[in-house]
Amino acid sequence: MTVDITLIVLMAVFFAAGIYLLLERSLTRVLLGLILLGNGANILLLAMSGGGGRSPLYVSGIAAEDYTDSLPQALILTAIVITFAVTAFMLGIIYRSWVLGRQDVVQDDPEDRRVADQPSYDYEDDADIAADTTEFSDDGSDTSDASDAPSSGAVSADRSGDAR
Amino acid sequence: MIAADLAPLAVVLPFLGAAVTFLLIRHSRAQRAVSITTLSVTLLIEVVMLLAAPAAGTHAVKLGGWEPPFGIVLVVDQFSALMLVVSSAVSLSVLIYAAGQGMADGDEDGPVSIFHPTYLILVAGVSNAFLTGDLFNLYVGFEILLTASYVLMTLGGTAPRIRAGVTYVVVSVVSSMLFLIAIAMIYGATGTVNMADLAVKLEDVDPATQMVLHLMLLVAFGIKAAVFPLSFWLPDSYPTAPAPVTAVFAGLLTKVGVYAMVRVETLLFPGDRINSLLMVVALLTMVVGILGALAQSEIKRLLSFTLVSHIGYMVFGLAISTRIGLGAAVYYVAHHITVQTSLFLVTGLIERRGGTANMDRLGGLARLSPLLGVLFFLPAMNLAGIPPFSGFLGKLGLIQAGVDLGTPLAYLLVAGGVATSLLTLLVMARVWNRAFWRSPADADDPDPILLASKADGTSIGTSRHVTGEDTGKFAGKDPVTLLPRTMTGPTIGLVVLGLALTVLAGPLFALSDDAAQEMLDRTPYIEAVLGPGADR
Repeated sequence: MTVDITLIVLMAVFFAAGIYLLLERSLTRVLLGLILLGNGANILLLAMSGGGGRSPLYVSGIAAEDYTDSLPQALILTAIVITFAVTAFMLGIIYRSWVLGRQDVVQDDPEDRRVADQPSYDYEDDADIAADTTEFSDDGSDTSDASDAPSSGAVSADRSGDAR
Repeated sequence: MIAADLAPLAVVLPFLGAAVTFLLIRHSRAQRAVSITTLSVTLLIEVVMLLAAPAAGTHAVKLGGWEPPFGIVLVVDQFSALMLVVSSAVSLSVLIYAAGQGMADGDEDGPVSIFHPTYLILVAGVSNAFLTGDLFNLYVGFEILLTASYVLMTLGGTAPRIRAGVTYVVVSVVSSMLFLIAIAMIYGATGTVNMADLAVKLEDVDPATQMVLHLMLLVAFGIKAAVFPLSFWLPDSYPTAPAPVTAVFAGLLTKVGVYAMVRVETLLFPGDRINSLLMVVALLTMVVGILGALAQSEIKRLLSFTLVSHIGYMVFGLAISTRIGLGAAVYYVAHHITVQTSLFLVTGLIERRGGTANMDRLGGLARLSPLLGVLFFLPAMNLAGIPPFSGFLGKLGLIQAGVDLGTPLAYLLVAGGVATSLLTLLVMARVWNRAFWRSPADADDPDPILLASKADGTSIGTSRHVTGEDTGKFAGKDPVTLLPRTMTGPTIGLVVLGLALTVLAGPLFALSDDAAQEMLDRTPYIEAVLGPGADR
């Protein structure tokens, strides 16, 4: 199988630019990246139909190797339609995201943040150790600091106790 | 004319139903009737196909009369027939549940009129992906179901759903691109996209090239199936969708990915070249997934993590790739679709009854609604794999296959599987203790609806006639039926289907065992599509 070098270079450029844009946080750029990736994949499909210069149409009597393979073109057409629909939908939700939050960036999941921030499950140990160290401390300047810590620890322990 | 010739109807009927419901977009009652009828008829046809499948063997339907490998074929074998029946049964239950929710809330003219057509298109896409014998048609099937799922995921267009939808859409599109690139490369290497033809021709391809094509396909399907480390997107996006949508996504979409992986492993690239890799991946998926579930307090997110974790069991069976391992994986897929969907449906009910799905804020549900307790408890124990439920039987089959294989990695996988099962039990017990057993007063900041009482001081049951001030989400909508029969009914149906998988485990295991043998054999599939003797 012969492959057109221009198509391969073009595909590589599309993929490189597409992946670069995909890694951005701005949704519009992500979308542009997806479009480039889709086009890169289409060019790859086209390249897989063999080299150029052959008859695009089938005329009766023509030898099989003298006319171009039309299946990849059918596949590309289908893929283009799908990419088009997805692009339109993406534009829709990007616009919606802009209307709702006036922002065009990928946002963090608040629940993820909450789970990451939740206190460790050894809340009792943490609270007790903090309370113990204050008893052995003679230093007056530390107590103001330490009296804060155990009280907040105790509150969190109570809350978690309730949660059980 | 045999039963398997009806296969195209499994795709065409939902599409027709989608067209009709789209025309009826202003008549929600008619929409409901049409979509439920369509899915019931589809299910009936698929049951007929499944019952005929063991006797008829693998059968290919040539669409438009085009001879393979040039035209598209739909292939019905025992595996695809089983998947079709389970998926349609589950999607029908979820549809009734969703329709019941709409009726109970009086959303007769709500913004969800787009739900029915989109849902039917989703079902058509899933059926197409299960049936197709053509790699590019599989891509199209994936795109049909994914595009429908984008719409369902962002239904209503609220800020959290848009946020989750963006992640979901981008990840899905990237995986589809990988799949498309893989198809292009496979076409370049072999000159065909017919799966049976590929099965014959890929053997002649250089082994290194084969490996590249194989891994490309597995990565693309791994993202869809949410296999670790490609599973990060799932717990982020699924929980924000409406409860019925999350339920059907959790039940079906990842399993379509698993189904595609099974076909790749058995039909296109047989052999055990990457089985060790798959075993490691299965182990990590199981363990990392369930550890993620331990950290959650939101029940929907927690279930999403158990979903990821239990995908690991299916990859486990696939990685063992002996007849018993693959058979157990097939059985496990059927079990998991049913159980995971019922758990998500029950969570939807919990959210209605308790006002939230955050278990820190829930309590006393077992007392407030014993039915809800039973409906959660049975699938939860089933998921954890407590004997005699189907989850136990599936895991037992997998463990037996692992022990039979007897390599150190297989034993490690068995140990990981048992540990994951225990951890699942721990996770489910935590939900049970908090949401169902403790007193509602012990909850952190409980929703008013949880503590609401009737005028005479008794706690409200399932319907809501509440006095006093309320700020719950149903405020101003009194009286609201909290647990309408149209929603509990389908949930009960699915839970019972999950139990039926246990009762019918004998014939079902025999069926999945046969299906596994057929797939490992490959000849029936190839000969059904290309004609006798095509397998050389």
